[in-house]
Amino acid sequence: MNKIYFDNNATTRVDDEAIKIMNEYFSSEYGNSSSAHGMGIEALETIDKCREKIAAYINCEPSEIIFTGSGTESDNMALLGYCHLKKPDECHIIVSEIEHSAILNTAKELQKEGYGVSFAKVNREGIIDLDYLESIINEKTKIISIMYANNETGAIQPIKEISEITRKRNIVFHTDAVQYIGKGYIDVKKTEIEMLSASGHKFHAPKGVGFLYLKKGIHIKPLIFGGSHERKIRPGTVNVPYIVSMTKALDVAYRDKEKNTKYIAGLRDTLKTGILDSIDNIVINTPNNSVYNTLNISIPGIEGEAMLFSLSEMGIYISTGSACSSGDSKPSHVMTAMGRSDLEAHGSLRLSLSKYNSQDEIDYVIKSLKEIVDRIRKISPYK
Amino acid sequence: MYSKEVMDHFRHPRNVGKMENPDGVGKVGDPQCGDEMIIYIKVENNIIKDVSFETYGCAAAISSSSMTTEMMKGKTIEEVLQITNKQVADNLGGLPANKIHCSVLAEDGIRAAIDDYRKKSK
Ligand SMILES: Cc1ncc(COP(=O)(O)O)c(C=O)c1O
Repeated sequence: MNKIYFDNNATTRVDDEAIKIMNEYFSSEYGNSSSAHGMGIEALETIDKCREKIAAYINCEPSEIIFTGSGTESDNMALLGYCHLKKPDECHIIVSEIEHSAILNTAKELQKEGYGVSFAKVNREGIIDLDYLESIINEKTKIISIMYANNETGAIQPIKEISEITRKRNIVFHTDAVQYIGKGYIDVKKTEIEMLSASGHKFHAPKGVGFLYLKKGIHIKPLIFGGSHERKIRPGTVNVPYIVSMTKALDVAYRDKEKNTKYIAGLRDTLKTGILDSIDNIVINTPNNSVYNTLNISIPGIEGEAMLFSLSEMGIYISTGSACSSGDSKPSHVMTAMGRSDLEAHGSLRLSLSKYNSQDEIDYVIKSLKEIVDRIRKISPYK
Repeated sequence: MYSKEVMDHFRHPRNVGKMENPDGVGKVGDPQCGDEMIIYIKVENNIIKDVSFETYGCAAAISSSSMTTEMMKGKTIEEVLQITNKQVADNLGGLPANKIHCSVLAEDGIRAAIDDYRKKSK
């Protein structure tokens, strides 16, 4: 059975060029970047080159990039690291309701430690309500963390406007750019951002590698302690092959960006039109201003797991915001924050594309979705 | 993840649909939690003559509903009240641990339908 992978916001296939270069660093250039000998120096030079390249993509200084083991680690490092240098009763944090669990659960952990935490709301399109955001800022607010683009809906957030608010009030701005980097251009100077998280496996690099951009002058407490790697902020022998691979994947993403944006956005638009034309009662959860690869829809009355399972049997891989797929009792917090009804939230499906998808796949998915919806609607009391 | 029986009942559910003039209707579950089941029964001489269902839920909920209706057919009221969620799950070749509650829904559905029948036939 052919695999039709429409779950690229969960993870992606590793790019061929990124694999090829990674393998060289596994089998021939395998030195430890902390070693004083030639192979060590070579490794150190390699990661410094990677650092320079990545810094250039977001317009920061190379020394402001800290390599990490994941997006989750970068998010934890930013929030915990920053807050743990402040006293709980002197530090108020704002995160949005639609953050990934890597931010949400970290903020909740800080809340347990006694830090003040408030949650910024979104409108029905899943976009931050700026007036509300301003209204929950208080004199103790030290850091605001709002994602660049949402992983479920693809909604791009008003990062520029948020950075103007944080600038005006001297608040540190962290953004989880895991779903945006490689798909859109980022400039942390033009849009003043103090911290930014990224994860390789969302842009065709391997899983288990990411980075945090930490603006010079912003201090954070390390999560772990050890040697002097990554300015002592992230000790541990540096994962040269993965960093090289992540850098290559980002090179490829920005090198081919115009071509891929056009191609993937085209696929997504035919997918959206095809679904709307063939199935009644669809709710679109992805706003116009979104990353170009994501389409989130709700089919009220059809529980998402039943849909996901049926598609999976046909070799089509997507994801859902339904509770029953995750063993949770509550559906997606993002759908709920957007004011979606229970039926809409449990019936939400995310189809996220990449450069490896084709028009034939889109046609097949539209046809299969229609068949399954017709079948399951016959069973459901909600038609 | 799912057994062959679950897949079969999910793909080809038996006894689907709303019933005209049922003798009892049981509605259980909560769409807020992502599942709801309606069981319709026709009873003659204390025997389940006909049964059908409509279910909103995951593959396990739909296949449990389908299996339950198959198990109810032709049985006496007392017999169907003996059906447990464990029997439903066993007849389906087992359910993943986090889906057991879906078979509980089916067991609750039987009770609700019989209660409704008893109320109406009083
Ligand atoms: C928005 C967002 N933040 C953080 C993460 C976590 O990244 P990682 O899987 O590298 O830990 C993900 C993906 O899982 C994500 O989509």
